[in-house]
Amino acid sequence: MQQIISFLFKNKYALLFLLLELTAIVFTIQSHSYHQSKFVNSANAITGGIYNQINNFKELVFLKEDNKRLSEENVHLKNLLELRKRQLVIRDSSLIDTVNYYQKYNYTSAKVINNNFRKNNNYLTINKGKAEGIQTDLGVINTKGIIGITKSVANHYATVLSILNVNSRINVKLLKSDHFGSLNWDNKDYNTVQLLDLPIQANIKIGDTVITGGRSTIFPEGIPVGTIKNFQTKNNNYEFINITLFNDMSSIGFVEVVTNFHKTEIENLEEKTSNE
Amino acid sequence: MNRETINTALLFVGLILLQIIVLNNINFLGYINPFLYILFIFVYPIKKIDSTLLFLSFFLGLIIDFFADTGGVNAAATLFIAFIRIPVLKSVIGKREIDYNSLSLKRLPFYKTISYVSILTVIHHFILFSLEYFKWDNFYLILTKTFLTSIFTIILVLISFTFISRKK
Repeated sequence: MQQIISFLFKNKYALLFLLLELTAIVFTIQSHSYHQSKFVNSANAITGGIYNQINNFKELVFLKEDNKRLSEENVHLKNLLELRKRQLVIRDSSLIDTVNYYQKYNYTSAKVINNNFRKNNNYLTINKGKAEGIQTDLGVINTKGIIGITKSVANHYATVLSILNVNSRINVKLLKSDHFGSLNWDNKDYNTVQLLDLPIQANIKIGDTVITGGRSTIFPEGIPVGTIKNFQTKNNNYEFINITLFNDMSSIGFVEVVTNFHKTEIENLEEKTSNE
Repeated sequence: MNRETINTALLFVGLILLQIIVLNNINFLGYINPFLYILFIFVYPIKKIDSTLLFLSFFLGLIIDFFADTGGVNAAATLFIAFIRIPVLKSVIGKREIDYNSLSLKRLPFYKTISYVSILTVIHHFILFSLEYFKWDNFYLILTKTFLTSIFTIILVLISFTFISRKK
């Protein structure tokens, strides 16, 4: 016993080093696994607060660009509204207003205060958290398309697992033919993602539009993702399919967090079915 | 609180702020962000065995990790170079024992400073990128990133050295 104590005492410097190094490596491994909630993240009050300050300054500098983006968005929404008016007229009077009885999704607007897109596993930080009703595993989108899924949530901030993340898998489909696949990223180019598991029957062409599928409970169906950039077939299978994103992932300002009110219902049902 | 402690504390906070506000957003040539914050390890007074430096370097890296959402990669890499700093310095100087009271990087010949800084920087960046990618498939990517980023970090560290030594 005494020998052990004297050994520990003699090597305390090396032991301290080993202890701290092990802690750091545990944090690293934690960050590489998708399912564990992380201890080291930028959603806490201190890092979130500092990023907020930095972002406030940046906003002031880029005010002109933001205004331009907002006016573009306005035009887009106005056009959608006009389209809707026409459809209402065409459709005849037997229209049932389902909005009051059947609201499936709720959108919360948030601001991106920190954005990573050059790393292996990219995260964004947004300025809404538990206090505003944000939970983990909610979809994050903007007008141009999908951004990611919320991960760690603190009181007033949350981190978002970007689609530019090797752990990210999102259910998507083709606009023209309803063939499903999943979205993945090979961490090469931040404007290009990969489409996996698409059946050969889909018969894709360059320029086809990809949207989110309705299979996941995270994203609503039909959120735009991108267009097919190039692809290659091998042994009657798609070897790879590259997709150019609609979003410029390097410049994201305001986003919307999507809450699906039917999520628990769907998940309970699926769990019940698989148990039977 | 003596002068040295205050200087160290200021350097600690200053380097973190500089790293997260400016240097993490440079993205030169697409992905090169210099890690100037390891200047702390080089400037910290040289003592024989110093547990404080181990703690400080661990927390320095961990705070950077908190901001960059990278788990513990910066903490692991920074702690490692803090641990091997004295053995590396000994081998660079070429003496088995060093006189800790009189030794200072400012008095070393310039080429020895360069090799001391370069060795530690390359080791730091290699550990950092290996842990960040965590896969052997990306070995070439890790090597190129280590090489390119090291050049920039080393240049920035050496420039900072001249500023610091001129002031005193």
